Amino acid sequence: MQLKTLLEAPELGLNLKAGRSGLEREVRGGYTSDLLSHVMSRAREGDLWVTVQAHQNIVAVAVLLNLAGIIIAGGIEPQEDTLSKADAEGVTIFTTNLPAFEVVGRLYALGIRASNSYAALAQG
Amino acid sequence: MAEVPAMSHDPSYDLKIPVIGHDFLRAGEAASRIKKVLQALNLPPQVIRRASISAYEAEMNIIIHAYRGQLALKVTPDALTLVAEDEGPGIQDIDLAMQEGYSTAPDEIREMGFGAGMGLPNIKKSADKLTITSTVGQGTRLEIVIRIS
Repeated sequence: MQLKTLLEAPELGLNLKAGRSGLEREVRGGYTSDLLSHVMSRAREGDLWVTVQAHQNIVAVAVLLNLAGIIIAGGIEPQEDTLSKADAEGVTIFTTNLPAFEVVGRLYALGIRASNSYAALAQG
Repeated sequence: MAEVPAMSHDPSYDLKIPVIGHDFLRAGEAASRIKKVLQALNLPPQVIRRASISAYEAEMNIIIHAYRGQLALKVTPDALTLVAEDEGPGIQDIDLAMQEGYSTAPDEIREMGFGAGMGLPNIKKSADKLTITSTVGQGTRLEIVIRIS
């Protein structure tokens, strides 16, 4: 599923804030956490990341992991320098007024799964 | 901005990047430069992922805890080595610092999602070899080796 399909899904209430050039990016899976080290170690390339962090370091994490994009949930507005850095790096950022729990549930209903859930279960 | 090696058939490569303590605006840039170099060297994706995680966590440790430091990357055909050196407070108890969840980061840094006590454990998981030397009141040196095979 491409990012632009999610942008057009009314139930997600997404607003495109940065990285329009990446809208055709394929979403391979999803990850949610607000601890950046957790994301660094567990998220996978092509994941869509749901977070309430809005400072510009989320862009560096997305670039390093080659994530599909970022949804900032809970009606939080990213800082301007976050958006300019995301545009410069080609990282797509959406916001939504939905709480993180709700947006993740709706992404799951659309068919998006965690890339690493089987591995995580296997680790016990 | 990626520094593509001049001779792509020669896999040996050296790079040194300064990192400034508490410079959160540029946080992640050193790790990004390292990742771009490794991509230009056509290393395997898993090696690039592990090196990117290690470089990011080492860079963030310098930014969160130290006054200044640098990341150095050396690539040979067999392995890549990342050395993170800083002038800073040093680590009181390395065994404790290696425990997941242990952190000395202040609250305002934790609120940004840093300081979860996962930096050194993430590096250890990503590395084939991690050597930490630290002198309290002087600084810390990490040597991270990731084999290329």
